[in-house]
Amino acid sequence: MNPAASIETRTGDDTGSRQFLVFSLGEEEYAIDILKVQEIRDYDHVTRISNAPDFIKGVANLRGVIVPIVDLRIKFRMENAAYDANTVVIVVNIGKRVVGIVVDRVSDVMTLAPEQMKPAPEFGVGLPLAYIQGLGDLGGRMLILVDIEKLLTSREMALVDEAGESRAA
Amino acid sequence: MDVSEFQDSFFEEAGELLEGMEAHLLALDLAHPDPEQLNAIFRAAHSIKGGAGTFGFEALQRTTHLLENLLDAARRGELALRRGIVDTFLETKDMLDDQLNAYRQGQTPDPEALERICAVLQRLANEEIGTAGAAKAKAKPAKPAAKKSSAKKAAADKSPKRSARKKSQSAQSPARDVPAWRVTLLGVNDKDRDLLIEELGHLGHVESRHSEGDRHEVVLVSSESAADIEAVMCFIVEPEQLKIEAVVAESASGIDGSVPQPEPKSEPAVEAQASVEAEAPMAATSNAKAAARPAGTHTESSLRVPVDKVDHIINLVGELIITQSMLNQVVAKLDGPAHASLVAGINLLERNARDLQEAVMSVRMVPMDHVFSRFPRLVRDLAAKLHKDVELVTTGRSTELDKSLTEQIIDPLTHLVRNSLDHGVESPDEREAAGKSRTGTITLSAEHQGGNIVIEVSDDGAGLNRAKILAKARERGMNASDAMSDEDVWQLIFAPGFSTAAQVSDVSGRGVGMDVVKRNIEGMGGRVEIASRTGQSTTIRVVLPLTLAILDGMSVRVGRETFILPVTAVIESLQPRDEDLHGTAGGDLLLKVREDYLPIVAVHEAMDVAEACTDATRAIAVVVQGRGRRYALLVDELVGQQQVVVKNLETNYRKVPGVSAATIMGDGSVALILDVNDLCEIAASRKENGVFADDVLDARAIGSRMHALHRSPSHHESRSIH
Repeated sequence: MNPAASIETRTGDDTGSRQFLVFSLGEEEYAIDILKVQEIRDYDHVTRISNAPDFIKGVANLRGVIVPIVDLRIKFRMENAAYDANTVVIVVNIGKRVVGIVVDRVSDVMTLAPEQMKPAPEFGVGLPLAYIQGLGDLGGRMLILVDIEKLLTSREMALVDEAGESRAA
Repeated sequence: MDVSEFQDSFFEEAGELLEGMEAHLLALDLAHPDPEQLNAIFRAAHSIKGGAGTFGFEALQRTTHLLENLLDAARRGELALRRGIVDTFLETKDMLDDQLNAYRQGQTPDPEALERICAVLQRLANEEIGTAGAAKAKAKPAKPAAKKSSAKKAAADKSPKRSARKKSQSAQSPARDVPAWRVTLLGVNDKDRDLLIEELGHLGHVESRHSEGDRHEVVLVSSESAADIEAVMCFIVEPEQLKIEAVVAESASGIDGSVPQPEPKSEPAVEAQASVEAEAPMAATSNAKAAARPAGTHTESSLRVPVDKVDHIINLVGELIITQSMLNQVVAKLDGPAHASLVAGINLLERNARDLQEAVMSVRMVPMDHVFSRFPRLVRDLAAKLHKDVELVTTGRSTELDKSLTEQIIDPLTHLVRNSLDHGVESPDEREAAGKSRTGTITLSAEHQGGNIVIEVSDDGAGLNRAKILAKARERGMNASDAMSDEDVWQLIFAPGFSTAAQVSDVSGRGVGMDVVKRNIEGMGGRVEIASRTGQSTTIRVVLPLTLAILDGMSVRVGRETFILPVTAVIESLQPRDEDLHGTAGGDLLLKVREDYLPIVAVHEAMDVAEACTDATRAIAVVVQGRGRRYALLVDELVGQQQVVVKNLETNYRKVPGVSAATIMGDGSVALILDVNDLCEIAASRKENGVFADDVLDARAIGSRMHALHRSPSHHESRSIH
């Protein structure tokens, strides 16, 4: 089920390095723990949900499972949230839930050694510190390492009912 | 070997046996008990005892043992059944239920309760057993038998050997002498043999043992039956390795261990015998009976499967149906003649998929009997408490319903039956004064009507009192006028906290209830209706969908979005005419449907849909019932009727106001299933906010400029997915 499961053995080596899925939102590059990623699919057939925040695009059918689709570009107030051929949905597993996140582009999978993972700065990366695990330094290329689980289960994302929220936390 | 697995199946089986036992007890004709029924009750107790012994559930074993002895006496005619005794048996059954539950949760049953019930049963055994036998014997020529059996009873009571042997044997059937059994083990290894003999020691007293090659004989003095002894042994040895014979001079016939569970079947002949003669022939009789039983008396074969496995299959079949619909759409676009065989194949696939779906859904279906079977007891107990004479009639017990729904329907139905008993059926004197029979009747019925099941609780009691309900409603400050139709008046009793009971009784009338009943049933996608004739009858009718996993949906289009309405909630649909639309000062729009003015809720407002038809006269009004109120939903177009697979939105997301669930359409997109109960409240709260107050009225004014978006309302009866 989880394609990431097989990777675990490789990432869990004693060097402490971890694998991340790198994607871009506008000009910035973000990365999330690959173990949270279930699959990547096209953005299509999303059914709008009324009275939901604008960044919740709606729900989609993922092989019979109804999955909410969140557009992180809108959530992070990017100016240009267009849907084109590169727009993809990263389906992530958070606890027992499955959520799809819309991003501009998925570039690659990176392995970061511990020395490449730097602590996050106090401010200046657009989203609250609580949701950032750190920065990935690839020599001139900077990745923002997002704590996707914390972000998506946060109250602000309105993805989870109050009761469910405490369960997820 | 995982013992807990066996334990689980024991708990399940024991639970079912207890249910069966209760049903039989309630059906017993006390004056002329049906021997088959008595046997069935006895067997249930016996089987539970066997299992309890195997798993070491001592309290359960002890209680069932005492009960079994009493039942055994009853079926042999030594215990004259009275209502009081049956009550005790029923109480014991409840106690056994409690004990089972305690063991199921890994706890020890309440020792005080155990002692109490054991004492009650013991007293019953001491006081009652034998009297019936004596009475019977008196009627027959064998008068000395009475003396004989009482003499035996005395002897048995004195026998120190027996009382010291085992605590669970404290209630011996006193009319029975202690028989001896010759247990022969063939080809059993030494270790198992010692274990077995030790086991036998628990059952009685091992008088002697000797070996001869691989043949080992044990003489056991025990009051247990041959079947019991065999039951203990059969866990270790194969049936053909075991031979149990009664060591009695006049009975040479033995019991062959290969006969599966020979349980003594009593018949009138045996009853007479039992009280007149010594016990030894019992073995012979049972042996003959067992041998006479046809070899292949397997009961219907069934399979216990966890519900989630079934649910998984149902999900997969749902996926298959969706995939199949997608193929249908593709094929519909193809050139028919050129792809004739493909089209034929797809059609066949569709039929097979539907059949498969129905077959799989039927796996979850259980007969209403599961629900109805608990009511005879309830009615019996309650009627006694209320000093009323009530007969319960059930029809349609075999009507099938989704298992999850049967579980949910029990509480509301219990409430309705209680209400009928307490408020509906009058006391015998009142009934007589009203010219009715002293015995009231409560009827529980179930039948299928289309995709629904209709369950009715009716009584021939006093009926609802219109004046009283109206008075009470006014007292509570509710909106009630004398001009209201009966139907509307009856609906008042579903208001929260409403009760017309003159006195708050233990049974009902606390003013909570009917609203809860209604809410529960609406939560299951059903509705409640009342019909009542004052002085004559009340009928409460519950209409439920057959299953929660699949819903008969009407797909409607609003703007460019598709929504599903549950067909159960839909009453009719029509195209509003301008003269039937009435605006009110508050900004509400009312639709006149025949005599009634119904509030209008526009789906595009409630669900915030853009590009929808805003002209009411060009839209379609779907009259629905939600929260007990009728109102009209305004949609752009009716697309069709189809069965949809219900998918929970909350699995990965959260509750969405106005939406009960989601489904997947033929093109793979998700459609939301509207919650008609919720929608009218959303609309109401929005109106209060004043946000949308004027839209519809404005829309009417500019309506002529809007382009037509509608089609005439028609019910497409096809199950196709649009």
